[in-house]
Order: sequence, then C-alpha cells, then structure tokens
Amino acid sequence: MNETIAAIATPLGEGGIGIVRMSGPKSIDIAKKVFRPKYNHNWHDGPGFRIVYGHVVDPERDEVIDEVVLSLMRSPKSFTGEDVVEINCHGGILVTKKILQLVLNNGASLAEPGEFTKRAFLNGRIDLIQAESIIDIIRAKTDVALKISTLQLKGELSKKINHIQRELLKLLAQIEASIDFPEDAEEVCCDDLKLSLESILKDLNKFIDNYKIGKIYTEGALVSIVGKPNVGKSSLMNLLLNENRAIVTEIPGTTRDTIEEVINIEGIPVRIVDTAGLREAEDAIERIGVERSKEVIRRSNLVLFVLDVLYGFTDEDREILDMIRDIKKIILINKIDISDERAKVQIEEIEKNFKGEDIVKISAVKGTGLEELKQKIASAMLDKEVNISDLAVFSRERHRLALEKARKYIEESLRDADKNVPLDLLSINIRGAWEALGEITGSAVTEDLVDTIFRDFCIGK
Amino acid sequence: MANEVLNVIYSAGEYDVIVIGLGHSGCEAALASARMGFRTLALTLNLENIALMPCNPSIGGPAKSHLVREIDALGGEMALNTDKSAIQMRMLNTKKGPAVRALRAQCDKRLYQKNMKIALEKEPNLNLKQLIAERIVIKNGRVTGVITHTGAKFKSKAVIITSGTYLKSRVIIGNAYFNTGPNYQHAAVNLSDNLKDLGIKLMRFKTGTPARVDRRTVDFTKMIEQPGDEKPYNFSFISPIRERKQVSCWLTYTNEKTHEIIREHLHLSPLYSGVIEGVGPRYCPSIEDKVVRFADKDRHQVFIEPEGLDTYELYVQGMSTSLPEYVQYKFLRTIPGLENVEIIRPAYAIEYDCIEPTQLKLSLELKGIEGLFFAGQINGTSGYEEAAAQGLIAGINAVMYIQNRPPLILSRAESYIGVIIDDLVTKGTEEPYRLLTSRAEYRLFLRQDNADLRLTEKGRAVGLVNDERWELFNRKKELIDKKLKWLKKTYILPKTEINEKMKQIGISPIKQKINLYALLKRPEVSFDTLKELGFEIDEESIDVLEELTAQVKYEGYIEKQKNLIEKFKRLENLKLDADIDYNEIKGLRTEAKQKLNKIKPESIGQASRISGVNPADISVLLIWLEQRKKKNNVANK
Repeated sequence: MNETIAAIATPLGEGGIGIVRMSGPKSIDIAKKVFRPKYNHNWHDGPGFRIVYGHVVDPERDEVIDEVVLSLMRSPKSFTGEDVVEINCHGGILVTKKILQLVLNNGASLAEPGEFTKRAFLNGRIDLIQAESIIDIIRAKTDVALKISTLQLKGELSKKINHIQRELLKLLAQIEASIDFPEDAEEVCCDDLKLSLESILKDLNKFIDNYKIGKIYTEGALVSIVGKPNVGKSSLMNLLLNENRAIVTEIPGTTRDTIEEVINIEGIPVRIVDTAGLREAEDAIERIGVERSKEVIRRSNLVLFVLDVLYGFTDEDREILDMIRDIKKIILINKIDISDERAKVQIEEIEKNFKGEDIVKISAVKGTGLEELKQKIASAMLDKEVNISDLAVFSRERHRLALEKARKYIEESLRDADKNVPLDLLSINIRGAWEALGEITGSAVTEDLVDTIFRDFCIGK
Repeated sequence: MANEVLNVIYSAGEYDVIVIGLGHSGCEAALASARMGFRTLALTLNLENIALMPCNPSIGGPAKSHLVREIDALGGEMALNTDKSAIQMRMLNTKKGPAVRALRAQCDKRLYQKNMKIALEKEPNLNLKQLIAERIVIKNGRVTGVITHTGAKFKSKAVIITSGTYLKSRVIIGNAYFNTGPNYQHAAVNLSDNLKDLGIKLMRFKTGTPARVDRRTVDFTKMIEQPGDEKPYNFSFISPIRERKQVSCWLTYTNEKTHEIIREHLHLSPLYSGVIEGVGPRYCPSIEDKVVRFADKDRHQVFIEPEGLDTYELYVQGMSTSLPEYVQYKFLRTIPGLENVEIIRPAYAIEYDCIEPTQLKLSLELKGIEGLFFAGQINGTSGYEEAAAQGLIAGINAVMYIQNRPPLILSRAESYIGVIIDDLVTKGTEEPYRLLTSRAEYRLFLRQDNADLRLTEKGRAVGLVNDERWELFNRKKELIDKKLKWLKKTYILPKTEINEKMKQIGISPIKQKINLYALLKRPEVSFDTLKELGFEIDEESIDVLEELTAQVKYEGYIEKQKNLIEKFKRLENLKLDADIDYNEIKGLRTEAKQKLNKIKPESIGQASRISGVNPADISVLLIWLEQRKKKNNVANK
C-alpha cells in the first residue's frame, strides 16, 4: 500500500469548488512539485496541519493552472491515516481534472473506487461497523465500473486495442520462443523488431489523438469568440447562452476579461469564451485581458471569427486573422438585420476573402442564423470518421493513462533496440506495454504468451 | 482393481520418510531427507533404473538449467551428478542476455544412473529397496506408512510419492499398446487405484519419445556437426573444474518426402484413431503433429544425440512419434544421413495417470492428508529438471513437517522452483507442464549465475547445505565483493596508447578518466576485453565473472525489477489460513468463493493469481483480513 493515490474528491460538474485529494507517503513531495505558495514557503516543514494559499503550476511548462488553497494533514491524523494533501481549486471540470492529471504525472496513481475509505479502514481510522458497508461500496462500484467498461470494450476502438495487443504478443512470442527454444525457433531480427515496434507506436499515437476527440465529449470543447471591438461578440455569447451574462455596452473594450460559459450543442458540452477585444490595449488592466484572450485563442478547438456587415473585412480584422490563422474557424457576418446596399457589397467582399471557409450570416441581436451556427459548430468539432460510441472508452482517465504508459514502454523499447540491448532486457519493456494495455482489456500476459508461442512456433523434441 | 494384494501383510520396519519411486524427483527427495538427518526408505520398481532418462540424454537448457542451478544452490544432487556424467556442455543464448543464458549438457545416460546410485548408496540414513508400493496407510487424516506388493508394511511419519509416469501407464506404438511403464517396465496399477480411493483427483496425460538408432548405420558426413563449448562449464557451484571429453551432436533435416510418408500414414497414428486418450504437451509435438500443424514448413530439424560414450545408441531428437514401427523406418530413411538407418528401440507414446496439482499446498503436501507429499511428473509436469526440483522441495518439506517447522516455500520472485510450484498449485495444468523462462515475472533477477546467492542461505537454514558448500559459497561472495571494489577503484586514463589499443580491439576510445566499472557497463566490453587491455583476470572463477558482468551491465534494469519485487512481496506476506471458509465472507462473488475454497491460497498474493478471482475480490479479502485481526485483538484484550 505504499503507492500514493489521487482522485477528485468532489462530484464532477457540481459545486463551485473542486478538491483533488492525494493520500500516501509521496503526497507532500508531489504537492511540492506542483504547488507554489504565495507566502509560506516552508509549508511542508514542521508538524501538524497546514492550510496554505498559492498556485498550482505545471512545473514542466511553468504555467499557472489555478489559484488554490492547499491543506495538508499529516499521518496518522488524517482521514486515511496517511499523509493527505487536498488541493481546493476553483472548480469547473477542466481545471480540477487538469490538476488531477498534474499530480498523476508527478508520481501519484489514480485511486480505485473506494480506495481512500479502504485505506482509512486499513489504517484504523474507521471502525468495524463502518467497514462492513465499505465492502458493499467497493463491490458495487467496481462491478458497475466493470460492467461499464465491458460494455465500452465492445466498441470499434477496443477491437483496435486488442489488435495492438495481438501485435505486441506476436512480437513477444517471437522473442520468447527464440529464448526458450534456441534451437527450434528462428532468431529475432533487430530491424524487423524495430519496424514492428514503430508501427505499434504509430497506432498508439493515433489512439491517444483520438482520445482528445473523446475528451471533447466528456470535458467539452473550447470555442472562443474573437473579433474587433464592438463587432457584437458579447451579443453573440448571450444569444448562445440565452441570457444576459456578458456585459453588453456600446463602448468598445467593455469586455475586459474573458468570460466563459458551458452550453450544450448537439450533445457536446461546449465551453464558449468571449474574449476581450484584441486591439492594442490602452491601460494595464486591459492589457492583461488581451494577453489572456490570446492564450485562450491558442488553446481553442474552434474560433468564431465575428465580422461586422457594415465595415466588412477591415485591416484590423486582418490583424486578428493573422493571430488565428492556424486554428479551425467559422466566419460570422454579424448584424445582417441591417440590409442596405452597403451591407450587400461587404458580404460579397467577405465571401470572396474567405472562399472555402465556413461562413454563417447572423444577427446576434435578433437571433437570426443561430441554428445554422450551432450545426456548423458541432460538425467542425468532430472528426466524421470517429464513431461516437467508441469515444466513451477513452473518456476514462484510467484508459488514457494506460495507453500513455504503453506508449512510454514502446518508446523505451525502441531506444533499447537502438542500443542493441539483449533480448531478455528488450522484452521487459515490450511486456510492460502489453501489460499496460492489459489494464484496459483485463487479460494476463503469461497464459496468452505461452499459448501464442506454442501456436505460432513449431518447437520441441 | 487389478492384482489384489494377496500376500500376508507383515511389519517390515519403521522410517521417518518413505519415498516412492527413484526417478529424478525421488532421488532428490530421498537424498534431501536423508542428508537432513532423517531415516529414509526409498522404494523402486527396479534398482537398475534409478535416475533413468527415458527420453533425451540431455539436462539443462533455458529455464531448466536455471532449475538445476537452484537445486544445487539448495544442496541437491542433480547438478553434481550431471557434471560427473556429462559428455558435452554448451552455453545457449549467449547473445540474448544474462537472464536467459542457459547451460545444457549431453549426458552419458548409464553413467548418470550409475553415479546417482552411488550417491544414494553412500548416504548412511538412506535405505533402498526394490519393492512396489501399493497402498498408502492413512490414520486420522495423517499418513502412517506404506504397504508393498510383497505385503511388507513400513511405518513412517511422512510419505513422498514420486512415481513419475508409471501410474497405470500404457505404451503405444501404432495400434499396438502394452500396459507397461517407460522402457517396458512394470506399470504401477494398484497405487493409482489406491490414490483414487483416497479421494485424490487424477488426470490422464500423454507424452512420447523418438526412436534410438544404431550409430553404425548413420552417415554423419551428410549432417552438420554440433560440437560442445571449450570452456570447462559446470552446473554445480562446487564441482571441481574438470577437462571433459566433448562428444558432438549432429544436425540434419526432414524433407518433403518425409512429410509425404507421414501424411500417407496418418490414419495409423493412435492419436488420430482414438487409441490415445491422454493430453499431450504442445511443446513436445510428435513429428506427425508438426507436419499437420505446420504444413507450410518444408523441413524440420533433427538432432542426433549420443546416448553415451560406450554405446552405439543414438537419440533422434525431433522425431517423436506414435506411428507403427515400419512407418518409422520408412520416414526416417528419407532423412539425409539416415538412409540406411537401423532402429534399436522404436519410438513410442506413453499415457499415464497423474494428480491434479491444485490439490497440493505450496509445500507439495496434499491438502487434507497430513504428511503425504507429491513431486515430479505425477504432479502433471514434464522434464527431468522440473521433477528433480519438486523432489528436492518435497524431501525438505517432509522433514520440516516431521520437525514441526514451517515448510520451505520459495517465492516466484526468488526462484524458478517457486514459479513451477506456484503455477501448479495455484493454476493447475491442462497438459504436461514445462517450465519456460517466460513464465517468470522477474526473469532478470532469476539468473543461473546467481542461483546460489538467491538460495544457498535458505538451503543452509533448513539444514541441507553442508559445511563444504557453505564455505565455498561464502568465499565466492567475498570474491564478488572484492572484485566489485576493484572494478570501482581501478581507473584508466585517456592516454594515446590505451585508446589505440581500444580501437584495435574494436571498442570506442575514452575521452576522460573512467573506472573499470563504468567501462564494463558498455555493451561491447566484457571481462575478456579488460584482459586484452592488460588487466589480470582470474580465469578460474567463471561463475564470479558471469555474476559480476550481469550485476554491472544491467544494474539499472535489475534495480527496476527489484522495486517490482518489493511490491510483489507485500501481497505475498499477507497470509491466509487454510481454515478460512470463503463462503462466509460477505462481498466475494460466487465464482471467487468456489475457487478460493478449492485452492485455499496461502497468501493474498497467491489468491490474486487464481483465475476467476478479480481485484475487487482481493480488496474484499484485504478488508476482511484486517477486520478479523481487529476482532481478534479485541478478543485477546
């Protein structure tokens, strides 16, 4: 039980605060890596409890994730009896998951259902009567989880995982046969081995990319609204949200910060972000807003680029376009309720400028063009080749972790192959990759391996 | 029941341990028990057939050589006896990594038997008798002795059954079959029935052996010679280094003509006509099996191995078959070099009873009958080495049982012996079980070079490792330490002459001062390279060099594996009692309850390897264990 586990302790999607909880001997070390206190830099020293204010930072990219309050409860005086660190963040699925991801990347492993409670019990923090009910909880949760994952595993993608596992097994069987039956089986050729490993790596990479699409379904896609000041971004946001959430005024630059809301478009949770105007800022506060907007745009899955029917495609718009050139976008021609000659000319001009791009004519104030916009957003977001039911498989964090673990092993075995390490060492990482995928499919390597050796190779006296 | 015991039963004496059968398993069991100081009786059908190798004349190879080294490390006999009887030694897998290097010996079969018999006869605590054991005597769930076909009743505290493939065995050649054991010896019929009467579940397995042919009728000029290695290898860590006369083996191939004949006569194979009921091993397919299952292969290897120095008999490896003798002649004579071959002993298939090994504990004692142990092929394994390893453990544990000491149970993380026994007892087997290196999770740590470092202390603790071995072991440990220090403190400088020398012997030159330890880590550097660079290397201690090479070169990988082993051990150390009724545990699924009640795992770790027990069941067990501990604590207060 020496592993340090982590999970989100608050129900997803509810409440204003999200808590990521860690328990185990490495909790404090991991927290030290991802947490930057504002004042108390020695928060981890000294006995007892601590509540510290600061930021969670991705140490690799030196990027601030969220402003948080961290509480530290030392063993044995904690819920689980182990060192426990809880990170209270600003809620929202994305941020909470991101923080969880961060601690997982830094050495924690994802907790099993009921595992915190289980540890609490094993460490004597819960009495017998309470413990009785824990068994039921574990039982129920894992069985449900199992059912869900077996259901999910019937999809196309799981077939592909099985396919990769089979490829790995073939490779392993070849190695093992040559080791266990040196006189019967053929020698393994290093170049062939590398080719197979590379093709497996390619498949794995494809999966992990697919995961990102899967993630759009569970965590939502990020869509940002951009355009020059007063082009109607906030009105568009309100239209999409159906309420007056953003502050709408006639004064350019009113939206000083990004405003974010989640809406449902064709079953996809979409986080719509209204960015501050991207023009040159005049004061410090505005400048911060502009910077933040740029960052949001960079991370967006889709950009709604709003143009004003009265002004057409202006130089200012051109500057904005430069910023969003590499991002998937939809061009919106707003204010089409104004239908004079000038507008008609501008529309033609815009259509000429954006040939081949998605263009939707709307009136954010009147609500014209909303349905068309929603459909365009949905189809822009999804790769048509991906079957939605498959994506569920990858929506599970555990599965993605397993895939990434497998990928790491394959990359390592490729490095091993380059270094010409002997077969018995090489097989360790290939086996590791297989076992990582086995965590998804629930199969055990030894039996399958022995079966494959005997099936595929003519060996023996 | 066949032959009832008709003789009058008489009291024939009293022993601590009785071993039934003197094959490779029985020999180790009897020697272990006797050497640990206990009066031991060993019964065999035929004293001429002690330690018989009824199949190939070789010992070792991948995984098997690891076993032989482990047997040796614990104080067993197989390695010493092989070193005395070998007529060729080869190190296999030399380029595939330290963990899978494997020594293999061709043995003079008669010499092997003779040497083993001498070892047995030399033991003061061991009596050998040529008698057929027919009945195990049980009183109050505890073994009390054995009754033989002559009516002799021997009392004992423990009994080890190592009856190999002799239980109701049947030899089959074509459509003819004979109710005999290997080499047409007696089959043990009554013992098999007696075991069934005791409530033991039996299975029927099958195996086979190829023909032996006359050396004078073989043309070696058409074959490829397979000589032995020049290095004076030994299996045992304590065998004296000896120059050995190395005899070659020979390689030839089957061809389309061979396969055609086999296909034409397939209908005569008892396997296809249904005469054979037993389950055969997949790793030891008959030639007809190979031809049918791997139809796309246009040839199969055939190794010709001498059965001994002073015999004309040759073993035809790769050509095991149960086809009729005249067909054997037909297809053998299509093989280059065998055109005029004369068969001395035809190939045959053999069927036999064995027990379902899941009825055993990890100590190899039968669950439900105290003091009754099983080891070797009767447990559903195959191979001399697998048999010997189990025999040794059963011998040790019979004595531990008598002494009321906890049994010696080796874990999967410390030995291949642990892997075999855990596999058998936890998962059972559906075909004759053969050990493979790929069955071990921690292969990198379970090398043949470090078997003594892993196990000799355990052998000493149970009382089987004698003073001589113990002293040599400690000396070797010191030597490894010393050399390791030397490697670390000896530096070489990037001088021109050194780098020139390095280029000459094909390794890339150094840029700065480094120690030999770091140099040895390089893939292309070995102790031989160090010697070429002018360092003095003690050639006497191949073992030590091999061990050091592995330790230094693969340090990182081994460390990683050690961490995994630590994790593994935590679950192994959470013990489960045999008297737990899993039906009583709330939260376990029905399948898990049934499996757990059947296997009665001895630890949480073992429970987790039972098929049909899932991680959630293990969580439930963990909680239940803790709960019970607390209840007991409260009760004790």
